[in-house]
Amino acid sequence: MGFESILFRDLNTYFINEDKIKEDNLEENEFFVDLNLDQIINSIIKDKQEEYNIKPFFYLPLNNIEDIYYRQEVMKDLENPKLYELITTFTEKMHSMRLHLHLVERLDYKYNKQGWFLEAVKDYCDAVLLISKNISLINLKSNGFLSFRKYIDNYVKSDYFISLKSRLDEIKKELLDLEYCIIIKGNRVRVQKYNYEINYSKEIEKTFEKFRQQQVKDYKFVYTTNTGMNHIEANIIDCVAKLFPDIFSKLDNFYNENYNFLDDKIKRFDCEIQFYIVYLDLIKKIRKMGLQFCYPEISDSKKEIYDIDGFDLALANKSFYENSKIVTNDFLLENKERIIIVSGPNQGGKTTFARTFGQIHYLASLGFPVPGSKAKLFLYDKIFTHFEKEESIKTLRGKLQDDLLRIQLILDKATPNSIVILNEIFTSTSLQDAIFLSKKILEKIIMLDLYCIWVTFIVELASYGSQTVSMVSTVSPENPEIRTFKIIRKEADGIAYAISIAKKYKLTKNFIDKRIKKE
Amino acid sequence: MKVFLMFKNKNLDLESPLPSNSKDLIKDLELKTIFSAMALGNKEIYEITNKVVLNSLFDVETIKYRQEILKDCIKNPSVIKNIYDITVQTIEIKRTHHLGGVFSNYPSGILYSALQLMYLFVEMLKKIRDIIEQNEKNFESEGFKNLFKILKVEFSNEYFTVVRHHLKELEFKNGVLISAKLTDGNVPNNFILRKHPEKKENIVKRVFKKRAPSYTFYIDPRDESGSRVLSEIENKGVNLAANALAQSSEHIYSFFTNLRQELSFYIGCLNLYQNIINLGLHISFPEPVGSANSILSFQSLYDLSLALTVKSNIVSNDIFADGKDLLIITGANQGGKSTFLRSIGIAQILMQSGMFVPAVFFKSNICNGIFTHYRRREDIAMKSGKLDEELSRMSDIVDNIKPYSMILFNESFSSTNEREGSEIAKQIISALIEKKIKVLFVTHMYELAGWFYKKEIRNAMFLVAERLNDGRRTFKVIEGEPLQTSYGKDLYNKIFLQLR
Repeated sequence: MGFESILFRDLNTYFINEDKIKEDNLEENEFFVDLNLDQIINSIIKDKQEEYNIKPFFYLPLNNIEDIYYRQEVMKDLENPKLYELITTFTEKMHSMRLHLHLVERLDYKYNKQGWFLEAVKDYCDAVLLISKNISLINLKSNGFLSFRKYIDNYVKSDYFISLKSRLDEIKKELLDLEYCIIIKGNRVRVQKYNYEINYSKEIEKTFEKFRQQQVKDYKFVYTTNTGMNHIEANIIDCVAKLFPDIFSKLDNFYNENYNFLDDKIKRFDCEIQFYIVYLDLIKKIRKMGLQFCYPEISDSKKEIYDIDGFDLALANKSFYENSKIVTNDFLLENKERIIIVSGPNQGGKTTFARTFGQIHYLASLGFPVPGSKAKLFLYDKIFTHFEKEESIKTLRGKLQDDLLRIQLILDKATPNSIVILNEIFTSTSLQDAIFLSKKILEKIIMLDLYCIWVTFIVELASYGSQTVSMVSTVSPENPEIRTFKIIRKEADGIAYAISIAKKYKLTKNFIDKRIKKE
Repeated sequence: MKVFLMFKNKNLDLESPLPSNSKDLIKDLELKTIFSAMALGNKEIYEITNKVVLNSLFDVETIKYRQEILKDCIKNPSVIKNIYDITVQTIEIKRTHHLGGVFSNYPSGILYSALQLMYLFVEMLKKIRDIIEQNEKNFESEGFKNLFKILKVEFSNEYFTVVRHHLKELEFKNGVLISAKLTDGNVPNNFILRKHPEKKENIVKRVFKKRAPSYTFYIDPRDESGSRVLSEIENKGVNLAANALAQSSEHIYSFFTNLRQELSFYIGCLNLYQNIINLGLHISFPEPVGSANSILSFQSLYDLSLALTVKSNIVSNDIFADGKDLLIITGANQGGKSTFLRSIGIAQILMQSGMFVPAVFFKSNICNGIFTHYRRREDIAMKSGKLDEELSRMSDIVDNIKPYSMILFNESFSSTNEREGSEIAKQIISALIEKKIKVLFVTHMYELAGWFYKKEIRNAMFLVAERLNDGRRTFKVIEGEPLQTSYGKDLYNKIFLQLR
C-alpha cells in the first residue's frame, strides 16, 4: 500500500471516526477541562492552529493498539534531531510557499503576481528537494516515515517535477540578472539599460569615511521592500519588459501552465506532521526541567499498569517560566488492584496526582510519549471525571443532589474498560453522610472492575478491600511545615498542617565571610 | 577623533549608572556643597561633576593623567574657558536653528540637513584650531597635547573645499540617475545612485552616437501618489550618500558634545579652585598608590564641605596611618570626630576622580569602593525598628562591597544597647578587615573600641578627639587610647562623688 497519512495507519480510521469526534464532542467534555488537557492542547497548538487546523486530531483518541504504536514509531523517528530539523525546515518552506500563493491571489499587476508565483514554486521545489535529498541519510524505523520517503523519492523523479524545477531556475536567473537605469527629472521618468555608470554613493562614502569611525546612529532609511507594486513601479516594469521582451514572455507561459503544481499527499503530510512537532516541542521544553518522558506500553488486559516518575504536564508547562520545581510521582496497580484512594494534607499535590493519572492515559491514546521514565498503560474506552466545583449559589442539598446525579450518570455510562477519576466529592455533606455515600459508590465501582483514582478526605475508604490501594501526600520528616508533594503508598492517617517561617539578616561574621567574595 | 581628556583611551560615559552607595555618599560626605561650588549654577557642570566624582577611578595611571590635565587648566584658565565657550555656542546654534536636530525622515532631507551642519561645524572647528595654534606651547599634559594634534590633522582647509564640492553635485541639475534591478515579485529594488557620465566627447561625436533604447513616461502633475512614489525612488537612491554625510556630521557633533562634557569637569575644578584660593585655603595634588597597600597619610587635611559652608579657615588634621586597616575614633560628641571622618572620605573620593584635595599632603591607596554607614537619626520609617533599618542598610553594603574598599562608620549600631551594638559591630568589623577592607569607625561605644584595643592587633589604630588638660576641646583628632565615655563618668563623678 502506498503512502497515505503520517497520522493514521489506515486513513479509513480517520474517516470512520470523524463522526465519532462530533458525537463525543470531547472539546466540551468535562474531563478535558478537569484534567487540564485543554490547557496543554491550547498552549501547544496556539501558533499553528490557524494555518494547519490540527485541533481535531487532538480530540480523536485511538482505540487500537496498532494505531497507537504506528504513531509512537513515527514520534521516535522524529526525536532524531536530524530528522526533526529536516522536517521543520521543510514545513517552514511550505509555510513560505503558502504566504506567497496568498500574495499572488491578492495582487493586481500582472508581472507582480507572476513574480510571486515564481517564489511560491521555488519554495515548494526547495522543500521537496530538501526532504528527498536528506531523508535518505537518516536511519528511519517507522512505517509512516519509510513509506513517506518512498513516495517522495518517486515524486522527485517524476517528469513533471523535473521540468517544473528546470524552467523555474532558468526564468529566475534571467530576471535577477537584468539591470536597468531610471532617470528622474521633474515628472519625467526614463527607463533604459544600465551602461556601467559610476556609483556615486561610494564616492561620497569614501570622502567622509574618516569621520565615521565610531558607532553612530544609522541614518539609512530602512525601506521595506514592498511585496506589492504601485502604478509607477508597474509602469517602470512595463518599460523593463519592453527592454527585455524574451524573458518576460517565458515568465508568462510558466505561470499559465503550472497553476496547480502542489501535490495532495505532500500537502497533507505538511499539515499532519505538525501534530507530532507541537508535542515534541513541548516535551523538549519540559525535559530541560529535568523531567522525563517515555513511550508507554499499551495493554488491553488489567494485569498491571504503572508509571514511574510521572507528573502533571499542564502544571509543568505552566511552571516552566516560573522556575518552580515539579515533583514526580509513581503509581502501580497490579493483579486485583483497581482503585487508588488518595488522602493526606491539603495543598500536598493530591489533585495533581489524580490529574496526572488521567492525562497520561489520554496522551498515550493519542500515540504520544507520556510523562514518566517507564510506563505501562491501559487501553481504556472512555475517561470520566468528577471534580469538586465551587458553586456557592446552590444550596447544600442542591449540591449534594447534583453530585449524586453526576456520579450516577458516570457509573451508568462507564464500562469495565473505562477510567474514573473522582476528586473531593461530598465535601459539603456531613461526615456520616459522606462516609455512607462514598462507601456505596465505592462498592459500585468495585463491581464495575474499572480503574479509578479517588481523592478524598474519607480515610475509611483507603482500607476498604483488596481492590483499593491507599496513597498519601507527605510532608518533610524534619520539618512538618514543608510539603514534599510526594504521593506515596502508605496507610492513611488524616493529619493536617500549617506553616510559618522567620527570616534573619545574614550579618554574623560567618555569614559575611561567605557573602563578600575574594577578588 | 576622540577627546580623551577624562580617560587615556575612552570617552566619558555619562550613561554608566552611579554606584549603589552614591546616595549615602552624597549625604554623608555633604558632597552637594562641593558640587555646587564647582557648578556655580550650571546644571550640566553639576551633573557631570557629580557623575565623575561618584564613579571613582581605580587605577593610579588615569588619576595621574587627569591630574596633569587639571594642572594645565589651572595654568591656562582663560584658554580652557574660551574653547569651552565655543563648544557651548556650537551646540546652542545647532539647537536653536534646529540644524540636523530634526533630521527629516527622508534621505533627501537628511542629506540637506547634514550639509548645513557640516558648514557650521567646520567654521567652529576653525576657531578652536586658531586658539590652539596660538597657545599650544603652554600645555604640557599628554591629554591636551594629543587632543590638539588630532584637531590640527583632521580639520585641514582642504576638507572645507570637499564639502562645498559635494553640495553642488548633490543638487542634481541633470536629474537623478539611479540604476536598479528586480527583486522577488518583480518589484524594482537595489537602487544605486549613479554619476551622470562626464560629457567630454565633442558635440559631433555625441550627435552621431547611437542612443541606447529607452522608454519614457510622464506623471500627471495631479497624480500625488505617483509623485510620492517617484520621490521615494529618488530617496532610495540617495539613501547611502545621505547616511554617510549624516553620520559624519553626527560624529563631529558628538566630538563637540564630548569636548564640552569633558571640559565641563575641568571648568568645575577651576571654579572650585578659585573658590578655595579666595577663602585663603590650600590644595595639593594627592599621591595615589596601588590598592594592595594599606596607606593613609596626610598633613593639614580639612573638611572641604564644612570649609565651603562656613567660608573660613577651619581645623585640619595630620595622620600617619600607613599599614592600618582599622581606625577607631572615640571620644565625646562635638569633638570633631565626624568632621575628621568626613574629611578623609572627601579627600579619598576627590583623589579617585583625579582632582586636587584639601590638604597640604595626602597619600592613600586606591579603594575598590567607598562606602558610608552613618547612623540615621531622623528618617526612619515607623514600621522597621532603628536597628532593623541599620542592619538592612549594612546588609545592602555587604552585597556590594569588595575587598580593598573603604568604609566609614559613624556611630553605627548604637541604636540598641551598647553590649548588643558592640557585639554586632565586632562581628562586622572583624569580617571586613579580614577581607582587607579599610574600616574607619567613629563610635562612643567603649565596649567596642576597648575590645579591639585590648586585642593589640598590628593593623589597628586608635584615635581620640583631642582634649586639653583644662578640658577644652581643640576639635583635632590625635592618636590615643580609647577612653570610656567621659560624659557618663563625669556626670557620675559630679553627682555621686560630690555627694560623698
